[in-house]
Amino acid sequence: MASPRVARLRRWATLLGPFAGLVGVALLFALLVPAPERYLSTANLRVVLAQTVIVALGAIGMTVVMVSGGIDLSVGSSIALTSVVAALALRGGAPPIAAAALGVLCGGLIGLVNGVTITALRIVPFIATLGMLGIARGAAKYLADQQTVNAPASWLNELAVTFPSPPWLLVAPGVWVTLVLAAAMALVLRRSVFGRRVFALGSNEAAARACGIRTGRLKIEVYAVAGLYFGLAGVMQMSRLRQGDPTVAVGVELDVIAAVVIGGGSLSGGEGSIGGALVGALIMAILRNGCQQMGWANYMQEIIIGVIIVLAVAADRYRAARAAAE
Amino acid sequence: MALLEVHGLEKRFGATVALDGVDLEVAAGEVHALIGENGAGKSTLFNILSGAIAPDAGGLAIAGAPYAPRAPGDARARGIAHIHQELSLCPSLSVAENILLGAEPARLGWIDRDRLVARAAALLGEFGREEIDPRVRAGDLALADRQVVEICRALAWDARIILMDEPTSSLQRANVERLFRLVRALRDRGLAVVYVSHFLEEVREVGDRYTVLRDGRSVRSGELAAAGDDELIAAMVGRAVEPAARGARPAAGDVLLEVRDLAEPPRLRGASFELRRGQVLGLAGLVGSGRTDLLRVLFGLLPAAAGTVRMHGRGMGFLSEDRKGEGLALGLSIADNTTLSRLDTCARAGWIDLRQQRAQAEEVMGRLRVRAAGADVTVRRLSGGNQQKVAFGRLLHQDPDVLLLDEPARGIDIASKADIHREIARLAAAGKGVLLVSSYLPELFAVCDDIAVMSRGRLGPARPAGAWTPDSILAAAIGGAGG
Repeated sequence: MASPRVARLRRWATLLGPFAGLVGVALLFALLVPAPERYLSTANLRVVLAQTVIVALGAIGMTVVMVSGGIDLSVGSSIALTSVVAALALRGGAPPIAAAALGVLCGGLIGLVNGVTITALRIVPFIATLGMLGIARGAAKYLADQQTVNAPASWLNELAVTFPSPPWLLVAPGVWVTLVLAAAMALVLRRSVFGRRVFALGSNEAAARACGIRTGRLKIEVYAVAGLYFGLAGVMQMSRLRQGDPTVAVGVELDVIAAVVIGGGSLSGGEGSIGGALVGALIMAILRNGCQQMGWANYMQEIIIGVIIVLAVAADRYRAARAAAE
Repeated sequence: MALLEVHGLEKRFGATVALDGVDLEVAAGEVHALIGENGAGKSTLFNILSGAIAPDAGGLAIAGAPYAPRAPGDARARGIAHIHQELSLCPSLSVAENILLGAEPARLGWIDRDRLVARAAALLGEFGREEIDPRVRAGDLALADRQVVEICRALAWDARIILMDEPTSSLQRANVERLFRLVRALRDRGLAVVYVSHFLEEVREVGDRYTVLRDGRSVRSGELAAAGDDELIAAMVGRAVEPAARGARPAAGDVLLEVRDLAEPPRLRGASFELRRGQVLGLAGLVGSGRTDLLRVLFGLLPAAAGTVRMHGRGMGFLSEDRKGEGLALGLSIADNTTLSRLDTCARAGWIDLRQQRAQAEEVMGRLRVRAAGADVTVRRLSGGNQQKVAFGRLLHQDPDVLLLDEPARGIDIASKADIHREIARLAAAGKGVLLVSSYLPELFAVCDDIAVMSRGRLGPARPAGAWTPDSILAAAIGGAGG
């Protein structure tokens, strides 16, 4: 029988794989790029981190959803819709903090609707959120009148800048916000009743229900909480573009899912960690950045990221098979 | 006054009547055995009691107060705990988290880990299993230990009424003893235990009173001590059980299968035997002794590290011990499952002739007395015994010369068992060779011509069934001397 110490070691080991991948990818590009000093500069690191924020926030929310055994395909559309909502609020004269809150809440509301659709109408998450993918995108275009919504400049735009204004922040404030929210969610998943029940739900839904857990309500909470994170990702998107764009972030849900999976999350639920998902998001950002520095075309990035996803999951399978054989 | 009362309970699923008038009374401080064939309605009754499904008619009462659960949470609040036949743990949670799932000690939504672990450890200690560490992942535990965790979960709820569905089916003997001690301890504490099992001897060991269910009705109840096995079986089956007629058998014919020094260490270390036409060769041994591995190697599901296999017959069929995992495609119909191994017999140019497929399936259903509305019923909707018959029926349809049967009658009701045994005898009479793995000695003696014992991966010599006694088989299985 595995002692708790072994279990803890194993948990670290599952994080180690993605982390080794991260270091490996970074080192590889450091050797390949024509100007390594520029690639390894802190300026470039800041660029990468600022670019990661949106996918990372999405991956935090998606980890909760995937641990619960679900999936959310409406992330990209949610980001577009919430970015439009926040920009409209700013243009309408709302204070920046209110505009940001409105965007976040809008994301939560989308998640709430997803959760209710899944539980009340008994539609599998894949289909329910596929429907929301279309609905939210359409709603964004309707609200924005099919154009981008220019938002007046405010401190919100500082969230995603490469060089933060008090320089002692080192990286964009949005990066710090993301890290704090990631730590909070990691703690919630590990230590709170809600978090452990999410694991129970994804691990064995029938058992969770038999233990008196109201699984329907829990699922709604899961999608709503994840939606809040997607909403914040939309606010970050707006802050980066300085406008609300209803056509932005198409397909981001796939990057987000990939980040969770590279980080050890399982599509069948019960597995996954926030740390892993963040590392997964960073791996993809570094790949993108490295490919750009190499001057490789976009399609090369797409192929490489595709290969990485498959390899990451294959490595995970191999690890699981070895663990089972022990 | 009875602690739990059930009156005139009815439930139907579509056209299927699952419960058709069930009465049950269980007193505090009583172990009440609920017996009946698979499909008699025991699981439905438990699911209603535990709030998973709602009845169509009839009433429930706990300690005289009406009880109408609408969700599993209601059952819990009223002190009913259901221990499932199929284990219902969350493998990625710790043992402690599993035991206290739904009732986690917490402060403001944050789990109090110290109290969680301490409470789980105390409950494990109560069961006499303090060596199980409450902090390990439940998925890392052995099967028997997982059931301990599940029982501790019921204890954690301070349940007054405990429903146990075949609790011993995944336990080894030492753990069964422990379980019985616990059940008696629960009874002495004044709890009511409703206990479902297929084993009458087991029921007698722990039960006080009994109720027999047949076809969704409670047909008989009373004191266990006052009822003989014959009466109970007659009440369960409702018709006389035909014994497996293994009487006149033809002298074994040509050799079908020759196996020499087959090995796949560490689980299979060496097996040599011959299987002849008309022979039923039983493989006895403890669970994990390598019997299943031998069958899987023969069928090509596991690689063989060494040895030779010579096959003189045509075709080999394999019935897995894991009915739901490997034996059946649960979402497909009886007809699809039955014909799956040889779809070409009812297909033309790659297209399935549905009428012919159904006719062939119905023929097999008739031979095995599968009880279903028709061949197009989804297998998932059948009772366990009928599912097992369909899984076995696939081999009848496939019609191979060599049949590898892994626990063909485990966990199913007595009448289904008899139907399957009768068909095995008929196959042998028709010149097939049957290799039969069973952990149930009466089955081996009733069905097999010859028995060989597997011990720690080595297969002993095959001897006529009459040359063995239960004691000598057990001695060979434990000692590995081969008898």
